[in-house]
Amino acid sequence: MKIFLASIFILLSISIFAQKTYSTKTGQISFDASATVDIKAVNNQVDSKFIDNTGQMIFSLLIKSFKFANGLMEDHFNENYMESTKFPKADFKGYITNIASVNFSKNGTYSVNAEGTLTIHGVAKKISTPGTITVSNGKVTIKTLFKIKLKDFITGSYIGSQIAEEAAITVNCEYQ
Amino acid sequence: MFNHKKNIIFTILIFAITLVQISAKAQNKKGKKESEKNSTKSKQTTTVDTTIKTSGDLFAELDQQNASNKQSETDLTTATFKTTRLINGHSIENVAKGLLDVKISHRFGTLNEGAYAIWGLDAATMRMGVDYGITDRLMVGIGRSEYQKTYDGFFKYRILRQSTGKVNMPVSVSYVASMHWKTIHFDATQNDIVHYTDRLTYAHQLIIARKMSDYFSLQIVPTLVHYNNSAPLNKYSNDYYSVGIGARQRITKRVNLTAEYFPRITKLDGYVNSFSLGLDIETGGHVFQLNFSNSTGINERAVINETKDKWEDGGIHFGFNIARVFTIKKAKKLGW
Repeated sequence: MKIFLASIFILLSISIFAQKTYSTKTGQISFDASATVDIKAVNNQVDSKFIDNTGQMIFSLLIKSFKFANGLMEDHFNENYMESTKFPKADFKGYITNIASVNFSKNGTYSVNAEGTLTIHGVAKKISTPGTITVSNGKVTIKTLFKIKLKDFITGSYIGSQIAEEAAITVNCEYQ
Repeated sequence: MFNHKKNIIFTILIFAITLVQISAKAQNKKGKKESEKNSTKSKQTTTVDTTIKTSGDLFAELDQQNASNKQSETDLTTATFKTTRLINGHSIENVAKGLLDVKISHRFGTLNEGAYAIWGLDAATMRMGVDYGITDRLMVGIGRSEYQKTYDGFFKYRILRQSTGKVNMPVSVSYVASMHWKTIHFDATQNDIVHYTDRLTYAHQLIIARKMSDYFSLQIVPTLVHYNNSAPLNKYSNDYYSVGIGARQRITKRVNLTAEYFPRITKLDGYVNSFSLGLDIETGGHVFQLNFSNSTGINERAVINETKDKWEDGGIHFGFNIARVFTIKKAKKLGW
């Protein structure tokens, strides 16, 4: 009996210390680059994963899956700015730097920091952003809002002042 | 099929289009080189990243996925043409679901009217119409042209969509059915027919299109135009066949050169083939189309079968189409 209890204890402790990969294929990333007109789009098919003990995380999405309210704007976005046939994907590779402060077995909202490389339109750029991890009965949600300078990723002409210089990017991903 | 003068005009046009294509290709190459530079940059930064942190298995997974994913997803080709009309005729494009597209088209008089009539700008005919996307595959539209006081209605259905990746489809195919009702007053001298059904015509078109590259798209449009009663024009047949050809060549990111030609296989006497050249200019919310054509009317019957003016005589009409898109029904999944 003692051996039985001990082995259960050992098994439990292994499972506690083993690393877990959280993943989703239906994460949501939206952006807002509105200046004088509404330029907003949302992508509901974001592929994302992270590992709970190392804090390593990835985000990947198809540019064409960004949906606009205005179809013509969507065409412009794909053809003229993002050149989505040439650069079909955007991704992020990075780490949650303070992952140790998150207790995945306790419900709550934890402030975290992420650092890594964001690649859009074939251009890689290092970014760092604060965000939150919410743990709720085993479900983990990562939220963040950060801004990028469009000029860093896309060169070329803009339509006057209709597009903002910076795009606000909102990430909202629920992991399993 | 063509006389000598026509041949010369077409050779010049084809030559001009090829020149533009060559220059566009050169531009394309430049862009590629720049993108290659960028991608080497990105490689450098990621290697720096992985050396800082040790375990890189998610990154490797993503790289692998990126390399193999191309086959596991279907990439639908979009924006083969800029709008739902090429110049006078339909293009392969549909308006998206829930969008209302208000179109106003003008065709002026002919250039050979000279300075007195300011090269045709004194006279103008127009068509006002609305198109609506019921689904992403089905659109409907109605319109009214001043030319012969014609009402028209149509529906267009996407049968196939060009795509790469998991589903590899070389062409897009759509079917357009339209109906035109000429309501201009009965004119006794023309021996016209009184009953309204006798003044209805129908067009059935199959549009087969391919986006060859980001810069060049081509479509072929087999067409049947049916006249309920063609007696005043031709005593023998009600059905007339033609095969339209249309193309778009992107010149800059916002300007496209378009061309449209409708050679007729069976013909009504006294009319010529319609040929049009146009420029599609994109602005923020809409596409502005300028064009030169020997057709005055803006429906399939008037353009394909009843074009009277000749390019070689200067019978060229300047015209433009403007369109404004309104969102009637918002897509459900947009989460803001």
